[in-house]
Amino acid sequence: MSLRARTAIVGVGQTPFTRGTDCSTLELHLRAALEAIEDAGLTPADIDGVMPNELAGTIAEDFILNLGLRDLAFSSTIRTGGASFVSAIQSASLAIAGGVAKNVLLVAGRRGYSAQRVSLTSEGAIPPHPVMRHIDEFERPFGNTVASQWFAQAARRHMHEFGTTSEDFGRIAVAIRGHANRNPRALMYEKPLSLEQHQASAMIADPLRLFDCSLETDGATAIVLSSAERARDARKPPAFVLGLGEGHGDPPTSITQKRDLTRIEGLEIAARRAYAMAGIGPDAIDAAQIYDGFTWIVLASLEALGFCKRGEGRDFVRDGRIALGGALPVNTSGGLLSEGHCSGANLVSEAVRQLRREVEPERQVRDCECVLVTGEGDFHEGAALVLGRDR
Amino acid sequence: MSDGGTTGKSGDSKTVTRPMPPRTELSQGFWDAVARGELAVQRCGACGLLRHYPQLRCPACQSAEVSWQPLAGEGEIHSYTVAHRAFHPAWKEHVPYVIATIELDEGVRMVCDLLGADPDTIAIGQRVRVRFEDLPGQGRMPRFDVVD
Repeated sequence: MSLRARTAIVGVGQTPFTRGTDCSTLELHLRAALEAIEDAGLTPADIDGVMPNELAGTIAEDFILNLGLRDLAFSSTIRTGGASFVSAIQSASLAIAGGVAKNVLLVAGRRGYSAQRVSLTSEGAIPPHPVMRHIDEFERPFGNTVASQWFAQAARRHMHEFGTTSEDFGRIAVAIRGHANRNPRALMYEKPLSLEQHQASAMIADPLRLFDCSLETDGATAIVLSSAERARDARKPPAFVLGLGEGHGDPPTSITQKRDLTRIEGLEIAARRAYAMAGIGPDAIDAAQIYDGFTWIVLASLEALGFCKRGEGRDFVRDGRIALGGALPVNTSGGLLSEGHCSGANLVSEAVRQLRREVEPERQVRDCECVLVTGEGDFHEGAALVLGRDR
Repeated sequence: MSDGGTTGKSGDSKTVTRPMPPRTELSQGFWDAVARGELAVQRCGACGLLRHYPQLRCPACQSAEVSWQPLAGEGEIHSYTVAHRAFHPAWKEHVPYVIATIELDEGVRMVCDLLGADPDTIAIGQRVRVRFEDLPGQGRMPRFDVVD
């Protein structure tokens, strides 16, 4: 039994993205959740499954208590960092297709600016995580302390092997910023970015500059997933789950230990599974929402997803190909680099809104029928999701 | 995530030491070797595969038989990054500093900060050699230097 077209995203909710908030992480999650439930035309009593996000530290009991979920039949949390939200859609789809739950709520996002700063490790801001134990013993004590340093080494190796340059990363940052400039919700809405500004921006972890890094953001995003049959009764056009998959890094200890630092192998595997389930290839994708924690991840993801060959990402991102109006618009909301880093969940909500024709006209992808969304964990885990307007 | 850094007791309240590695029973052989002034990694007792970081079973043959194989301590820079801000206060005085992923000649990789290396000339493929040093807050640790 395939999961193809068995489920659909029927509701989307989102808090504003800010740098600074008076809300707790849980309060942000509850606001996004209630908006998503209403958007789906449901009430909290209809929710019988919930998938809290590991990065936020919220638990199912928080939602039972505050949303009055009296009949919860399914709860689970995926632990693959930035790949968690997209991976969770696979688990939720299994629960729905298997008859365990009918309407599953998925919520993610954190106080990435006000509390959990990923750019700092000195304040115990990020909760302990078992998957980090090898890094804690063999990398952090040697100064390899934050994600920008880990991905910088993958990017550097990619540059060494394929001739990729900082300007190639810059073209990604500039294209995605252009999309944020058309999205009033984006943190960088009113801040244009040129390639020259990118090249002049401060070096953070060489070769990654300031504008190669995503935005530490306060905010939350929620979706409601239902069966494809029930989705027909939803208030708004459903976004059908046509294909999905996950893949894991090998070894899963850290990026520096990967057999090939330049390949996001977990995403390659995930995409292969998602395409096979959907019965399509990369050429059927009208827009891609690619997990862009750093610009290099976008470039390597384009290779992993089969939009170009290995090492050819640098050519693919030229000539406006990934900008709106290009052959493959990427991160049409501004993504994590320029809209806000909501644990990758805002890439899913953007895909749904594109399929619903709900976004501002100036950033609506024309004839948008099929959108690919990815998630990426810190150690090259991957998750891929194909959403479509039609079953 | 243990952050380990502790405030120095020498009266300078701003001195933060490097984070202490949270050693485990599994990694004891590595740290025992470091204390002797040696690098060592796990070697599968069944198929001979060298592996690092330490784990219970061999990923190739699942054997639990393991010994600690001393390494020659030489290798090359597989990749690197230059940190232009102190991502941990213990490195504050060293900005900009090089972090390198080192591929040892035996085929395993280790990560180390190369505080003596020149950020402007560091490059993939440069040869490095291990030495050992007593560091505040950490005790004896392996260190790598570029030997080109």
